[in-house]
Amino acid sequence: MEKTTLFDKIWDSHVVRHVPAGPDVFFIDKHFIHEVTSPVAFLNLEKRGIGVKYPHRTIATPDHNVPTVDQDQTIKDKLSRMQVEKLRENCRKYGIELHDLGTAHHGIVHVIGPELGVTQPGMTIVCGDSHTSTHGAFGAIAFGIGTSEVEMVLATQCIMQSKPKKMRISVEGELGKGVTSKDIILYIISKISAAGATGYFVEYAGSAIQSLSMEARMTICNMSIEMGARGGLIAPDETTFNYLKGRQYAPKGEDWGKAVAYWKTLKTDEGAVFDKEYHFDAADIEPMITYGTNPGMGIKVKDRIPTAEGLEGSNKASFLKSLDYMGFEPGEPVKGKQVDYVFVGSCTNGRIEDIRAVAEFVKGKKKAENITAWIVPGSREVEKMAHEEGLVQILEEAGFELRQPGCSACLAMNDDKIPAGKYAVSTSNRNFEGRQGPGARTMLASPLTVAAVAVTGRITDPREVFDN
Amino acid sequence: MAYDKFTVLRDTAVPLPTENVDTDQIIPARFLKATERTGFGDNLFRDWRYDVEGNPKKDFVLNDPTYSGKILVAGKNFGSGSSREHAVWALYDYGFRCVVSSFFADIFKNNCLNIGVLPVTVSPEFADKLFAAIEADPKTEIEVNLPEQKITLLSTGEFETFDINEYKKSNMQNGFDDIDYLLNMSDEIEAFAASR
Ligand code: SF4
Repeated sequence: MEKTTLFDKIWDSHVVRHVPAGPDVFFIDKHFIHEVTSPVAFLNLEKRGIGVKYPHRTIATPDHNVPTVDQDQTIKDKLSRMQVEKLRENCRKYGIELHDLGTAHHGIVHVIGPELGVTQPGMTIVCGDSHTSTHGAFGAIAFGIGTSEVEMVLATQCIMQSKPKKMRISVEGELGKGVTSKDIILYIISKISAAGATGYFVEYAGSAIQSLSMEARMTICNMSIEMGARGGLIAPDETTFNYLKGRQYAPKGEDWGKAVAYWKTLKTDEGAVFDKEYHFDAADIEPMITYGTNPGMGIKVKDRIPTAEGLEGSNKASFLKSLDYMGFEPGEPVKGKQVDYVFVGSCTNGRIEDIRAVAEFVKGKKKAENITAWIVPGSREVEKMAHEEGLVQILEEAGFELRQPGCSACLAMNDDKIPAGKYAVSTSNRNFEGRQGPGARTMLASPLTVAAVAVTGRITDPREVFDN
Repeated sequence: MAYDKFTVLRDTAVPLPTENVDTDQIIPARFLKATERTGFGDNLFRDWRYDVEGNPKKDFVLNDPTYSGKILVAGKNFGSGSSREHAVWALYDYGFRCVVSSFFADIFKNNCLNIGVLPVTVSPEFADKLFAAIEADPKTEIEVNLPEQKITLLSTGEFETFDINEYKKSNMQNGFDDIDYLLNMSDEIEAFAASR
């Protein structure tokens, strides 16, 4: 029998039709929508005079531009309010399940999907948001789509896609102390560049990946898009099943056993061929941070920013432009640089495990004077757990400001903006120019590193604070 | 939605050699709050085009009257980052019908094809030639021929052919979109959905 990869198994079983010399007609099991990329899709449906084909396969939540304070009140920003109201109206009209502001499962779409147990192994999942790749952590094919495709899924539950190439990235060995899954992915992207996986779908494998919790796996899959990949996935295993068991939408009773039996078949056959493979050693990975304006511009916290040596033409110009934006010099160390803001949140690192890590680190300590520290849970559920576990108290005593769930300063569509010229060390996934507000300077790092920065006020290797 | 048909486009071009231009630069998130698909062109490259007071930045290419045209020649890895189709809407709304680069981000390229902006991938060498020719003479014309899958620098006659899959090509030439195709096969989709 032909040896196939996990990706092939799921992809091939969702192809409704192969278009000759064209893309595949690809069936979508679950579709998530939010307020920003869906309104025009609904508008176009109306113009065409058609409805939503399978409303129960779509789930909605407003997350991108919602305020993170006073969520029980009317949204002040007129345009944001209009988008949220449109989402409500469309969900009502077409019978789509909505997790609205203030309800028990409101939150960032990529945080609530897994929490509700909607995200399951073997599924195809799309959303008009590139970080849909997060759901790949469960052994699903999940990727971001544009608004035209949102419209296609609403109208037909299918999109037209050419099958991407396959890449496997294996990380073997044990992670060192103070090294997290965020460091793994920042390390990988720094090695293969922000465009290095364009055209590919990535499977993450190896003992270092298998040892990770679901939350940590989601962090890795989340950032697949930051190296250009369409998405990333990890074969489901006991960790996956244990996470899912008992969740609202997870299979129950007899169905559970059947589902697990199927999920266990979802893995790459030994000897299956990938178009490209990378191997990394977990022992080489240390706490990472970005110094530039794309996620591929990452270094170990203890290292120096590279020099422009060896770069030419537009490569060199882009590198220098990026450093100029950040206010850094080629070749200088980042450690010790003063920071103004820290942000813990987003669909990359806004889950309970991340908040636990930060709380554990700052327990009994105080944030530095020069730091404004925001912590924004990825969902109401995370927020609730953080309260119940006493984490909120610890964080507030350390001087962190807790906000309500949403995307917040990850993309600064709401009021949570980093002022121009200020430095933010952030657990989110993008350090593009202006991502966290016009002129904001973002450095991406793990929740642990962010906690260390909050306490010292400067770029710090978390392991050095541990040791004291 | 159906869009303008694309066959042969002959025009001057705007050069933007910067690499890794991400979708947050093409259209910053704070301009994504509309519930309709109009007016995005005004905010195309907003933070590179205007300063915080809203005054045009002289050194940015879109503010330089020397350059114009429906073709944008862009640096490597254009359109990385977000899936926001608003980035393509902004390009389209501003007046671009074709983007040329030696490398495109995936979702961006898909989005282009879905709304009728033709992404043309050329070799890095050809991209450099285009940049040099436009810089030497901003009035230099480029011809993008979709039926022949060919891009030509008209001043010298140098050309390259480019890839596009047959299905997408015929969609672009006819101004069709995927939904038209999918709606025509609803029975097949329904049967498939029922089996899941
Ligand atoms: S948290 Fe950030 S990356 Fe995640 S969905 Fe929201 S805006 Fe996108």
